[in-house]
Amino acid sequence: MTLADAKKNDWVTVSAVRGERGFRRRLLEMGFVTGTAVRVVGVAPLGDPLELDLRGGRLSLRAVDAARIEVTG
Amino acid sequence: MASLVRLPRRGAPATTDRVPRVVVLGNPNAGKTTLFNRLAGTNLRVGNYPGVTVESSEAQVTIAGQRLQLVDLPGTYSLCGRSAEERIAVDALLGMHGHVPPDLVLLVGDVTQLQRSLYLAVQAAELGVPMLLALNMADEAETLGIDIDVAGLSDALGIPVVAVSARTGAGLDDLGARLVSAANHPDRARSTFVTPLRDDFSHAVDAATEATRGWLGASVGRAHGIWALMSVEGGEEDPTPPAVVQTIQALRAELDAAGLDVDNEVAAARYGWIDDRLSLLLKVAPGNGRRFSDRVDRVLIHPVYGFAVFILLMTLLFQGLFSWSDPAISLVEAFFGVLTDGAQAVLPPGLFADFVIDGLLAGVGGVMVFLPQILLLFLLIGLMEDSGYMSRVAYLMDRVMRSVGLHGRAFVPMLSGFACAVPAILATRTMEKRRDRLLTMMVVPLTTCSARLPVYTLLIGALFPAAIGGVPAQGLVLSGMYFLSVFAALAAAAILGRTVLKGGREPLLLELPPYRLPRAATVLRMMWDRSRVFLTEAGTVILVCTIVLWGLLAFPRVDLASLDADVAPETAQIEGSYAASLGRGLEPAIAPLGFDWTIGIGLIGSFAAREVFVATMGVVYGVGADVDEESDTLRERIRNTRRADGTPVYTPLVGLSLMMFFAFAAQCMSTLAAVKRETKSWRWPIFLTVYMTALAYIASLIVYQGGLALGFT
Repeated sequence: MTLADAKKNDWVTVSAVRGERGFRRRLLEMGFVTGTAVRVVGVAPLGDPLELDLRGGRLSLRAVDAARIEVTG
Repeated sequence: MASLVRLPRRGAPATTDRVPRVVVLGNPNAGKTTLFNRLAGTNLRVGNYPGVTVESSEAQVTIAGQRLQLVDLPGTYSLCGRSAEERIAVDALLGMHGHVPPDLVLLVGDVTQLQRSLYLAVQAAELGVPMLLALNMADEAETLGIDIDVAGLSDALGIPVVAVSARTGAGLDDLGARLVSAANHPDRARSTFVTPLRDDFSHAVDAATEATRGWLGASVGRAHGIWALMSVEGGEEDPTPPAVVQTIQALRAELDAAGLDVDNEVAAARYGWIDDRLSLLLKVAPGNGRRFSDRVDRVLIHPVYGFAVFILLMTLLFQGLFSWSDPAISLVEAFFGVLTDGAQAVLPPGLFADFVIDGLLAGVGGVMVFLPQILLLFLLIGLMEDSGYMSRVAYLMDRVMRSVGLHGRAFVPMLSGFACAVPAILATRTMEKRRDRLLTMMVVPLTTCSARLPVYTLLIGALFPAAIGGVPAQGLVLSGMYFLSVFAALAAAAILGRTVLKGGREPLLLELPPYRLPRAATVLRMMWDRSRVFLTEAGTVILVCTIVLWGLLAFPRVDLASLDADVAPETAQIEGSYAASLGRGLEPAIAPLGFDWTIGIGLIGSFAAREVFVATMGVVYGVGADVDEESDTLRERIRNTRRADGTPVYTPLVGLSLMMFFAFAAQCMSTLAAVKRETKSWRWPIFLTVYMTALAYIASLIVYQGGLALGFT
């Protein structure tokens, strides 16, 4: 499952981040490293981007980018 | 080649009385600039970073008798990224590529985003530069229920840590004292942090360190090796020496082959270390201010209420720029009107009076007239930024804006462009990335600004019937021009974003900070900064251009004594001027668009500002310069002006072609001056002029020639 498929308000755990190197490094450095807990707080009114709860802060990520983040429930 | 060798400081003797250099580093939105401005006070100096056209702020301050040179760096989350902003931060930190190596790093962290702030802090600290950590937003920590053990964090990192609030000023005295102490005793500010990597990575890190040492000098350590493994990519944009790139790429290939993921390992090791320490040092009380923020968000990013509020706020912003600033603009104009009258009364008529009135006063007035809109826009932007709402604008609009490659935050500048492109270009500052800012600046001038309205009103009023068969033709043409400009701006963004300003595939990483009450000091400072920069820098260019344009219209002097009595002296002067010669010279080029040389003069004059076209045409057609777009006399003249062969100069088709030209051409020196100021280079204003003028020419050509081919006249 990817973060884009995660159910709203469920806590999930990052298992891997896929994608081109620079893109991937950026996500990792923002805190999406293996083992991190993430929660989808909501989706923007136009269907994208997502609002996420990560490491005690709120971060917004587009669904296409969230689909590169593998998570386990 | 760059090295860590210390270079002599600017403006200070090389050895004894050297002023310690403190670079200010931090995540975007951590309040870094606010803190920097607080520390800098009135000593702020704006310049460029070495080798790039990105603006830098520096300030020399004296704290407790100790002089310090403060340098603000662009906001960044990491030192491994490849964006222009991140590279500047790395170069400044390592003293590469023309940067003077720092004596001390002041890292500004955000208490409400502590983990991410510490991620940058440990990265920079590990590189061995003495560091002081300022935990900003301490005032908010309380309302958010965040309790952080500052002394414990200082022990864990091995560097001084101070809690401050850049917004309220709390803790700043303590910060100043610590800065001075750290500058004098750098060894007490050197972190003991080491990224705890598994042994599997040792070989690669050691080899990378060795390669980096050969490049950057003897003081390079393991942290530089890790940095090189993470960030060196090679390719055109990477200034790393090819031999180092090769070594690093080989090492990465080895790691990949062994199934070792260095990027995840390093990021996870640092976050793991941070999480471990914070589990003891950080307490977040449940039921805190985040809950308040979430409750506000339930309305402000709600599919229905959220958009209702958004549309309401944007309407207010637009209405404000468009109409509410009007009285203030009129006041500025009235003030310069009084000055003009005064000059006319005092100065004997002649060249000098003309210069003072039409060159100097018109130029200064032409700069000042933007002030009300700039102040108002930055008041509103300041409120939106400081409250945290601007991030929600980006969140709400990202879907729409990104479809043409623009950042969600480009919405406010784009909307402001419909009032005036000049404040809109200054407003692109709300975006962090240079590429996003540039793309927005390149398309904002296509939106129908209020200066185009008088021209459209004049031409539509003169050349189109009020209604054709019950259909309101004039209104349709005008709204058509607005739709065209929206379409053109979005299409231009899509095209430029895929060609000239191609960006890498970057994830949108938008922080949604907790809401807070905006502070007057922050907002006022922003209004003042932007206005000052515009008046002093863009203003100079505008003033010079106004004087040059005046010269084109006022020279060579026409001998007024030899004129026929029935020709107005103003008309005679303009018809004999360099501008008229230029207009005649332009005629072969603009004839295919349906324009004659008199329109050519108008186009040259309109470079000062588009609405000047109306006054210029008033003079050319002998109606006088005091006409406005509602003038019946001017409309009459426009309808009745004939070419030598007796055909009318203006037809509805010529009018449409001319409006196309005004819609697309970069006929606004103030906009170009603002772009020059914001990009710190002539390259982008020149690009803007060329592409917009080409677009204007082609659009007019298609409309006019297409219209002729279809049998319209």
